[in-house]
Amino acid sequence: MPSLKDLKTRIESVKSTRKITKAMQMVAAAKLRRAQDAAEMARPYTERFNAVMGALAASVGDSDSAPKLLSGTGKDDVQLLVVMTAERGLCGGFNANIAKLAKQKAAELKAKGKTVKILTVGKKGRDAMKRDFGSLFIGHIDLSDVKRIGYADAQGIAKDILGRFDAGEFDVATIFYAKFVNVVSQIPTAQQVIPAAFDAPEEGDAASNTLYDYEPDEEAILADLLPRGVATQIFAALLENGASEQGARMSAMDNATRNAGEMIEKLTIEYNRSRQAVITNELIEIISGAEAL
Amino acid sequence: MAETMQFDLVSPERSLMSAQVKSVQIPGADGDMTAMPNHAPLITTLRPGVLKVETEKGTEEFVVTGGFAELGEGLSVLAERAVPKADVDQAAYEAMVDEAHAAYKQTKETFKNEPGPVDDAAKLLADMVAVGTHIGLSPKQPSL
Repeated sequence: MPSLKDLKTRIESVKSTRKITKAMQMVAAAKLRRAQDAAEMARPYTERFNAVMGALAASVGDSDSAPKLLSGTGKDDVQLLVVMTAERGLCGGFNANIAKLAKQKAAELKAKGKTVKILTVGKKGRDAMKRDFGSLFIGHIDLSDVKRIGYADAQGIAKDILGRFDAGEFDVATIFYAKFVNVVSQIPTAQQVIPAAFDAPEEGDAASNTLYDYEPDEEAILADLLPRGVATQIFAALLENGASEQGARMSAMDNATRNAGEMIEKLTIEYNRSRQAVITNELIEIISGAEAL
Repeated sequence: MAETMQFDLVSPERSLMSAQVKSVQIPGADGDMTAMPNHAPLITTLRPGVLKVETEKGTEEFVVTGGFAELGEGLSVLAERAVPKADVDQAAYEAMVDEAHAAYKQTKETFKNEPGPVDDAAKLLADMVAVGTHIGLSPKQPSL
């Protein structure tokens, strides 16, 4: 049975924990707002980009001269997994879920006899993958200094990846991130970026029937746009990730705050009970002392 | 009333403009062109330059650093970076030129024996420098 003083200190400490988790939840809520706005702002660009790329890719199609970024190297022996996670923890299962999906995929590919290389973005994913797949790491991109993710950050990552692709280091690249659905649900997602996979425009869609003129020519445009497509996809993924992270943190901290509240209640009851027991004890002592006289 | 078309200017970070416009002057990779309503469908890449948008209320100008434009039923310009002309001051402009210059230098080193990419980067830099004269800022002379 803990003493009264012990209980009191514990209640105090849980109370200050609750204060911290509450504050973190509110900060996450504010950041989530901004992250969501950013993701929303980027959406028109990504949507249009993909629509145009879809049309372009369909028209250049499978011709031999199609750039490698589109048609691939013709092999899938060396797979690059780009694992994008947060720089910070305390956000529920967010980082763990992304890492888990990436680990599954890595194990699956390895079982098929493919070579797997891993590039990590964000410290937490790196830590999570290190034990099982540390030997496969080929690089790490640190975004901990970045306050607001800008397109330039995505371009930096894309440049790194494209440089490795040009050097023939891998055949297929897949990015891992969490898609933001709402505050309680973020879906870890794997998306192939190289060779580029664009949704073919649907039949009967107005855009797919339009015959475009190209200036300069289709292939020059495609060669110019494909690297940009990679950057755009990474940018969109980073923004989704940002929103997901804050959402996950918000709900995790909300839970923590609630748990702390419950704990305080329990501890308070225990505290009151033992206090009452002490008082009763003293009374008995006094009374029995008086009776003995 | 003149005919108008839907015009959207978006950059990866945000949407800058979405309105009905009369015509848009685009700095295309192969030369400037003016898009008007009912233009033939076209996709072109952009070079660094000034995008001039004519609406019924007046003209608006944006400095774009690259990207592409899709002319279909309306016009959408997907710029890598787009800034309203009024927001570009000497410092911002010089930063852009410096960036192009750094890119040029890097390409020059990586592709020593291939003139193609180096020329492309040099053109990009020259375009970027030319933007200065267009928007009334003193062009910065880089050493090539």
